Amino acid sequence: MILKNNYSKMIALLVGVILLLLSMGISIVYGYANTSIQTTYESFRQFNNSNEHLIIQNVRIPRALIASCVGASLAITGVLMQTLTKNPLASPGILGINAGAGFAVVFAMIFFHISSLQSFAWIAFLGAAIAALSVYGISFSGRDAVTPVKITLAGAAISALFASFTQGLLATNEAELDQVLFWLAGSVQGRKLEILLSVLPYLVIGWIAALIISPKMNILALGDDVARGLGLRLGLMKILVGLIVIFLAGGAVAIAGPIGFIGIVVPHFARKFVGTDHRWLIPMAALLGGILLLLADVAARYIIMPQEVPVGVMTAMIGTPFFIYLARKGGKK
Amino acid sequence: MTESLLTKSLTLSYGDFNIIEDLNLSIPLNEITVLIGANGCGKSTLLRSIARLLKPKKGSVLLDGEDIFKLSTKQVAKNLSILPQSPVAPEGLTVLQLVKQGRYPYQSWRQQWTEKDEEIVLSALKATGTEHLQDRPVDELSGGQRQRAWIAMTLAQDTDIILLDEPTTYLDLTHQIDVLDLLFELNQQQKRTIIMVLHDINLACRYADHIITVRDRGVYRQGKPEEIMTTDLVNHVFDLDCQMTTDPIFGTPLCIPYGKGRKI
Amino acid sequence: MKHVKTIRLLQQKISFLIDVQAIKKLTVICILTLAVFFLSASFGDSFINPFKVLQAFFGYGSDFDQLIIIDFRMPRIFMALFAGMALAVAGAVLQGIIKNPLASPDIIGISAGGGAAVVGFLAIFSDSNHSLTVSIEWLPLAGFIGATIVGCIVYLFAWKDGVTPNRLVLIGISVSAFMQAITTMLMIIGPIYQASEANKWITGSVKSSDWDQVQIVVPLIIVLLLITFFITRQLNVQELGDDTASSLGQPVQKTRLYLILLCSSLVASAIAFAGAIGFVGLMAPHIARRIVGSSFGVLIPASAAIGALLVMVADIIGRTAFSPLEVPAGVFTAAIGAPYFIYLLFRNPKK
Repeated sequence: MILKNNYSKMIALLVGVILLLLSMGISIVYGYANTSIQTTYESFRQFNNSNEHLIIQNVRIPRALIASCVGASLAITGVLMQTLTKNPLASPGILGINAGAGFAVVFAMIFFHISSLQSFAWIAFLGAAIAALSVYGISFSGRDAVTPVKITLAGAAISALFASFTQGLLATNEAELDQVLFWLAGSVQGRKLEILLSVLPYLVIGWIAALIISPKMNILALGDDVARGLGLRLGLMKILVGLIVIFLAGGAVAIAGPIGFIGIVVPHFARKFVGTDHRWLIPMAALLGGILLLLADVAARYIIMPQEVPVGVMTAMIGTPFFIYLARKGGKK
Repeated sequence: MTESLLTKSLTLSYGDFNIIEDLNLSIPLNEITVLIGANGCGKSTLLRSIARLLKPKKGSVLLDGEDIFKLSTKQVAKNLSILPQSPVAPEGLTVLQLVKQGRYPYQSWRQQWTEKDEEIVLSALKATGTEHLQDRPVDELSGGQRQRAWIAMTLAQDTDIILLDEPTTYLDLTHQIDVLDLLFELNQQQKRTIIMVLHDINLACRYADHIITVRDRGVYRQGKPEEIMTTDLVNHVFDLDCQMTTDPIFGTPLCIPYGKGRKI
Repeated sequence: MKHVKTIRLLQQKISFLIDVQAIKKLTVICILTLAVFFLSASFGDSFINPFKVLQAFFGYGSDFDQLIIIDFRMPRIFMALFAGMALAVAGAVLQGIIKNPLASPDIIGISAGGGAAVVGFLAIFSDSNHSLTVSIEWLPLAGFIGATIVGCIVYLFAWKDGVTPNRLVLIGISVSAFMQAITTMLMIIGPIYQASEANKWITGSVKSSDWDQVQIVVPLIIVLLLITFFITRQLNVQELGDDTASSLGQPVQKTRLYLILLCSSLVASAIAFAGAIGFVGLMAPHIARRIVGSSFGVLIPASAAIGALLVMVADIIGRTAFSPLEVPAGVFTAAIGAPYFIYLLFRNPKK
């Protein structure tokens, strides 16, 4: 199934882009109030303040944009983390991003009674950054070099630590549980375009940086010793990857809360299509991540209409069957 | 004592791709047999299947006339051991703990260290020169030491037939000779059957009683090195132009490949 | 053979090789665990001095002490002890099979299966007034069944001409994510009390343990632990990799099935009453490995003792630190385990 030559990979990427645009269209058009492409077009040409146009401009379009950006960012960080730790189980969650963000939000909510999504964004970003930096801090201290296993274990420990604090706070403050549960499951609902715009610079920097370092990721994937032998500055590279992950995954969690499944699974999907060359893998993962999150978000509107399911729940439900199929289909290893 | 080891119309494949097709092969016992062939020709695959690590697509491997997959795996393990290519030991496992595992097929939960176990493990450590390393974690050893520790584990299994998949990879010349000498002695003194994959044609010619060349999904030619190893054969099996001469010390065939390089 | 000692009895019908250093370290850990066990009975709303605890334990204490210690505190301490042991041993077994440092009952979906079943139970057996139509006592059974079934599902999905560790892990994480998704969805759809009841179970707590529960779960866990202890040599071989294990004559797939079954049942029995206490299954085996080394003969008991230690200490902190408020033990397992684990990670990683 893995595409061999660059020509077919190019076509796969192109198909990905078309599917992404299509998914964005579906996301804008379908929902509790169905609209149409034509109305969408009109809302740009001649905005008439009708309900439909308002929904499209203020709700649907921001939501579709947010879902694609968040999905793409999470998928890219998944690829980076799996290569960095040489562990197929790694995801941005392993750097403590989700646990840190979750803890910060719950903490702020309980002790400072903050509850607006806008302020959640910055608090989550801060929490994610602190958690990731402490994982890095721990990995870089100590006498021996930063090994993949060390980052992994330090990350797992820090994540567990923050997650347990969060659970502790929630178990002792039941009233807040209901409010924050939806945030903790991850969702792109009700986010304003401003939230995306304020985080977008970080995401864009992250995307570009990820693409720029993708040839070097190929070298990093060969193992620390070989990479060093080939002249890669390992320490610097690892810090750079860490920063990109903080920008992208921190940004994503700030907008949408911790969405778990995409970071682990989409990289595996993408690898099945374009193989392990990061120059193809990173864009492919980004496209697939965006598509998966968009479609999951559409599905999330329909499952228990008029209520919505958090999109983090839907990504897992849609992604799991596919993933099991792929994991079984793959050759022996 | 094992009496025969054969393959009967053996077909091996990964997925739909056949690597070995319809092969009938008899492994001479009490001798050293070396499988050689170009990279990816299927010699390791063949070795793995003889050791029942790979299920054949068709045909069978027969140990004393019985299909190796129908025998109890523990029974097979008492007759035949294999050292896989570059195995990895769990973090922190010491050499002694590793070598001890070789006794697995003979043990039960209450009998894990009989005098016989101890005797054989100690002699395996001694034979491989790893006695002084026994309390060191395997993952901290050098490549050569690590390989010898794994060979010691294979020896502790105490089988008539020992299969090794490129046992000299990662070793410097001294340690390559050490390992091959060790296997040679085991064969000479205890008449153990050794079957291995080697990359170095000249070492293969020196140590092997019997060489099997693998090419085109089957055996190209087999026999005593001095009888079969010719310029033609090397040319055909390895796609390599060379001149065959005789080793000035051992008298075994010596292959000198053509190519570029300094001439004096 | 400086650090090892040979034991042979009954004309070699019983024979073992023992790593003296590891046994010494193991003894220290076990004594520590035992000490914490008794000390644990001292702490609570009121402090009872350890001497009186011992008295009460052997039936010579005052009626009041007897009541507090034997009836109130002992059941939860027993539960903490055994749940900790079971989870830690399950984690050690999984890490032996999968050879991935992140492997644990949490990541392979067994705990998540229990969680989904518990939430499902709360949702299915509630009437329109949001009160349960069956006794809450059935909830642990739901957790047990959920964990076991999901363990089997993961195994079956991973089976394709054998189960490879890699596939087991990949299937495990996706099934785990799926189960968590179901859990979250049910928690969000359902009324708040269901969510908080479920959250308590997911966090893990030994607070409401009583002797009846202990009587059900402890014998089961003891049997499972004994089985695990007797098959440690299978684990030793399995950890060398599939090729080497086959070569040594281990029926790799059959053994793997047994080990996974064992692991699922250990986790299921631990979390049925105590809830999905996290972190223990992941970290206790790592901590044990760094203290006693990689041989499962000592690694299994050491993991068990450290797991028990983690949960018991977490429970002590949970019920004393914020008294009169009780914090579930599951909150503190990571809080105390993680810093120690991080310390271990840096203190001479290589000797």
